[in-house]
Amino acid sequence: MSVGNMDIKVSEREVGKAHVIDVGGEIDVYTSPKVKDVVSGLIDRGTYQLVINLEQVRYIDSTGLGVLIGGLKRVREHGGTVNLVCTNPQIRKIFDITGLVKIFGIFDTEAAALKALS
Amino acid sequence: MSEVRAQTAQDVVFLRIPAKAEWVVVARLALATVASRSDFPIEAIEDIKLAVAEACTNAIAQGDAAGQIEISCSIEQAALRVHVRAPSGAVAGDHRRADGASSGLGLFLIRSLMDTVEFDADASHGMDLVMVKRLSN
Repeated sequence: MSVGNMDIKVSEREVGKAHVIDVGGEIDVYTSPKVKDVVSGLIDRGTYQLVINLEQVRYIDSTGLGVLIGGLKRVREHGGTVNLVCTNPQIRKIFDITGLVKIFGIFDTEAAALKALS
Repeated sequence: MSEVRAQTAQDVVFLRIPAKAEWVVVARLALATVASRSDFPIEAIEDIKLAVAEACTNAIAQGDAAGQIEISCSIEQAALRVHVRAPSGAVAGDHRRADGASSGLGLFLIRSLMDTVEFDADASHGMDLVMVKRLSN
């Protein structure tokens, strides 16, 4: 599944027993429902081991964080987890000040995020 | 809440956007341009962008979809002062998520990223938020 417009690109792919969601662009109040659609779609289909790759994300606001938190809550109900790939210092700062670094596994590379799932 | 249009301001930028999600990006980019013109460093510009977007999102989620959000910003004493106002329809509290759960994350972010924040909201008067980012930070 892939969703895209001028502000956001979201796609997902299967990697082993996990799924990777690639997000690019800006996650804000207008675009975050598109990310939520992809995350929720995977969880609805029984996928509970997720890596969300934010390497191409330039901006995220609280609605975007809400989507990530909501996804994590849902997969944890099924014993799953969500790891994030994030190298953008400004976005990592947002995870730091909100305390989400303690809730999510945040990694510099997709390989590290996938390895931590297993 | 005090009037944001200070007597000493040399340049004041006003912006009015529809209280709809698709227009928040306009406020965000406009404020980034103003902050850039005012010699704020990149990190501070990113803070200002996020703070103004969160203020607009707050107004939209609780407010009247047909309403308008008024934004003014001015450089005063080496600081950028931003006033975000949703005259009608906005009510107290932070915005609600699509799943109906209320969250204070947006307001928390604003308070974390800006140097001073004055927030006032109620059902009858709407939302007023004045925030300041100092140039020295």
